[in-house]
Amino acid sequence: MSHHIVEAEKLHYSYPDGTVALADISFRITHGESVALVGENGAGKSTLLQHFTGCLLPSEGILKVGGLTVDKENLAAVRRAVGMVFQNPDDQLFMPTVFEDVAFGLLNLGIHEAELEGKVMGALETVGAAHLKGRPPYRLSQGEKRAAAIAGVLAMSPDILVMDEPTSSLDPMSRRRLINLLKTFQHTKIIATHDLDFAMELCERTIVIHKGCVTADGPTGEIFSDDELLKRSSLEKPHLFYNS
Amino acid sequence: MNKLGENLVDIGYMDTLAAGDSPLHRLDPRAKIFTTFLFLVAVVSFNKYEVSALVPFFLYPVFLIFAGELPAGYLAGKILVVAPFAILVGIFNPVLDRQILFHIGSLGISGGWISFLSILMRFVLTVSAALALLSITGINSICEALARSGVPRPFVVQLLFLNRYIFSLTGESERMSRARSLRSCSHKAMNFGIFTQIAGHLLLRTFDRAERVYQAMLCRGFDGHIRVVRYSRIGRREIAFMLVWAVLFVVFRFVNISLILGQTVTGLLK
Repeated sequence: MSHHIVEAEKLHYSYPDGTVALADISFRITHGESVALVGENGAGKSTLLQHFTGCLLPSEGILKVGGLTVDKENLAAVRRAVGMVFQNPDDQLFMPTVFEDVAFGLLNLGIHEAELEGKVMGALETVGAAHLKGRPPYRLSQGEKRAAAIAGVLAMSPDILVMDEPTSSLDPMSRRRLINLLKTFQHTKIIATHDLDFAMELCERTIVIHKGCVTADGPTGEIFSDDELLKRSSLEKPHLFYNS
Repeated sequence: MNKLGENLVDIGYMDTLAAGDSPLHRLDPRAKIFTTFLFLVAVVSFNKYEVSALVPFFLYPVFLIFAGELPAGYLAGKILVVAPFAILVGIFNPVLDRQILFHIGSLGISGGWISFLSILMRFVLTVSAALALLSITGINSICEALARSGVPRPFVVQLLFLNRYIFSLTGESERMSRARSLRSCSHKAMNFGIFTQIAGHLLLRTFDRAERVYQAMLCRGFDGHIRVVRYSRIGRREIAFMLVWAVLFVVFRFVNISLILGQTVTGLLK
């Protein structure tokens, strides 16, 4: 069993009002893979991401993270294995200072006080945000907030990193820093994004979701060269594709 | 930044103050909560006409502000913001209670004015002590201390979430207020219909936002237990802090120091 494998088998999810959000989703993501989830607005990307941390549980089918079925019994173990960076960092940062926010997850993991500072500072240094440790999160720029949110997740040493629209509202420099940072991570990465250049640069594999179904799953280069598929999924060919 | 945005920063400023490192900040939160609770009980236990005996109690909030290196002007501003509520509570006393209690020269002072003044003094004392406590301890540490003191967990978690909900509510209000003002041209006033629609949307949006914040907490292992970075224990410093203030509160409560001082000074002048 690897802690880094994510496997979905005929996954279905319907919202309480009956709206079908995910239908018959199947895939297997293995150790160290970087996978982009792309698709139009409302395709079901964020809904799928919420399943990886057990915020939503499948209506039908099976989702396994690190060999554990994502269900109520395994929630704590699943959430230890999966680190999720939310689309809006303001949803994630709620402690009075950046240091305390990064420490929040560690304290919940039961990390001893003696190790706490080292781990927090280590995570902040990884994302280049050590100088922000005493700052209140609501006074940070979007890029700084994103870095602090990632540090909060990294500090918990997850096996799998799940990110929802990580480049949204980032300026070009912050976006570039994020790409460079993510390239250094050895984690299994699952990234929902509309930024196809970002996906092209970072992810070797892309899963296209359209109306709650997987319509394509393969190497990123191949997916983005299929004009018909991109058009059907309301996507545009990334600029990098023309440059490469 | 509009007014709501400024308020959001303002609310968060108290959390920033709580991250300070004065000797008072380092005290176990339970000691500070217990002492402040004793203070509040002592202050509200006087009869409605008491004024002079309340004066020595100002020592406690003043001590917290100076020893905790808190900005007095900022806290005074916060007290002024909520002052209208206290004024509203006592404003009718001079009308309802006209019995003359004493004279200053030829001017008769009624019981209503004295009780009104007493309400205002208690308000300033209790609110300033509570704000100072919040500013030297922080809501998370207060909640954690309450939980460690045996207060039921659902109550403590509700208190913690209520505080975070204020941030969520203010943030969403700011966005909606900005969107409205940008499209309301010269019509600054909001009619009732628009107000109710905005209020309804605001409620739904803050529910959504609160749900996302809660999900983010769950994703990082939150299980209903509040854990804070700075754990402390009740030691000699905490016991000394509680004892000294408890003794002072008992003395202030049962000995009218202001009166004794006044009589002494008057006697000396004679």
